[in-house]
Amino acid sequence: MAQLLSPLPGTFYRRPAPDKPAYKNDGDKVAKGDVIGLIEVMKSFTEVKADAAGKITFIAGNEEPVMAGQPLAEIG
Amino acid sequence: MIIRKLLIANRGEIAVRIIRAARELGISTVQAHSAVDAGMLAVKMADEAVNIGPPHAAKSYLNIGNILKAAAETGADAVHPGYGFLAENAAFADAVEAAGLIFIGPRGDSIRVMGDKVAARVAAEAAGVPVVPGSNGRIDDPEHARHIAMAVGFPVMIKAAAGGGGRGIRIAHDMAEFEALMPQASTEAKAAFGDGGLYIEKVIERARHIEVQVLGDGRRAIHCFERECSLQRRRQKVWEEAPSAVLPQAVREKLCASAVALAEAVSYRGAGTLEYLYDDETHRFYFIEMNTRIQVEHPVTEMITGIDLVREMIRIAGGGPLSVRQEDVRMRGHAIEVRINAEDPARNFQPAPGTVTALRIPGGPGTRFDTMLYQGCEVPPFYDSLLGKLIVWDETRQGAIARMARALDELEVEGLPTTKPLHRLLARDDSVAGAQFHTRWLEPWLEANAHRLNS
Repeated sequence: MAQLLSPLPGTFYRRPAPDKPAYKNDGDKVAKGDVIGLIEVMKSFTEVKADAAGKITFIAGNEEPVMAGQPLAEIG
Repeated sequence: MIIRKLLIANRGEIAVRIIRAARELGISTVQAHSAVDAGMLAVKMADEAVNIGPPHAAKSYLNIGNILKAAAETGADAVHPGYGFLAENAAFADAVEAAGLIFIGPRGDSIRVMGDKVAARVAAEAAGVPVVPGSNGRIDDPEHARHIAMAVGFPVMIKAAAGGGGRGIRIAHDMAEFEALMPQASTEAKAAFGDGGLYIEKVIERARHIEVQVLGDGRRAIHCFERECSLQRRRQKVWEEAPSAVLPQAVREKLCASAVALAEAVSYRGAGTLEYLYDDETHRFYFIEMNTRIQVEHPVTEMITGIDLVREMIRIAGGGPLSVRQEDVRMRGHAIEVRINAEDPARNFQPAPGTVTALRIPGGPGTRFDTMLYQGCEVPPFYDSLLGKLIVWDETRQGAIARMARALDELEVEGLPTTKPLHRLLARDDSVAGAQFHTRWLEPWLEANAHRLNS
């Protein structure tokens, strides 16, 4: 199990837009480089990509405020 | 009705600005703030403060229920929305009034009409104000859309009827691109604004952005001359001036008179801004939209006219008539504002929240710094990156630019990167000195000068 940490402080989003489905759901298989969410910092959006392959379990929720280095998900 | 207690439903530097105006009017202040903003400057300055919810703006600064509850609990009798957030939300203005409170701004119906770009364009044409050639209204029929694009000539802009702030705009250079972009633009507008309505406008190449400040009391309106905001990055204003350096006096008079005509035609109440594109080869101006709120760059107008716009809008909302007559609005000298943002010019303007570890604020003659900063303050990542606005005034434009360069040298913000290095270069640039720019001038300049921003 590896933790995927937030690269930036901001707001974490699990979906690309409010009316779109989540990028990934708990238990989904992800490949390294897959987009799993977005971090909004001062109205600018950065994609968060999986840094390992495996089954994903989210720790941070949609629209949750996060700090840089805070765990967003576990992949393993 | 006399306003005794004002709730500020905003944050950052504009909240500070509103508290100052309220205090000078003898009005006590309640600062609404999110959980993460409890330490912000406006909270420290206000008479009272209320937590209105979690950091995410949708749960606090955009939460109408929480804001009205805070106003009721503190006994506020008026709400100032600032800019951004709920400032141009007609439902909010209505809800504030329905709660028996005063909304510091126009009536909800004025926001509704002028906030819809198509309706605003129709109102402008009816008042005799020139508009950019394009569709006279929203277009739903693709055949009609193709016909209009051909008639006005490429390139054309496809805009979302419900859009704003530069969002939802696409440019098509030919028919093939137009056909490809129309359905995409409609789908995106539907997703972003809940309304897939589009309209089309001709692209005015090498246009300048010139806007007119108006004040209305619902019956009469006056103008406070124009501002030029042609220096933009990604359609966000970077450097703003008053007056425009290139507008001939006869054109200025026509432009400002057109803004007053439109404001009076819609019985406008409060402070507002009419934005135009200006072609300085033909001296023609075209209305593009109206902002029904106080704007970020309002201080340059205050500096050249001596009118306190925020104080005036509070007075008007309290039921007073305009305190200034048009013939008494005079402009003197030249003012410039630059936006100091928490962004790193060396890293493509990446936003950079953090803690301000040291701060030196510029001062001296003709120098004003409207800011949310103090030493030790936290700049959270949840809101926009504006930290403050450095504003200077002098008798001449040349003097104002020299003063801006001097004031920028005095400004020191440590702990996070800011856009100060960009402004230091602009204040020493020959094209800026000669006012030789248009709305698409800055972006190529940034590319050409990237190496100088990296150091």
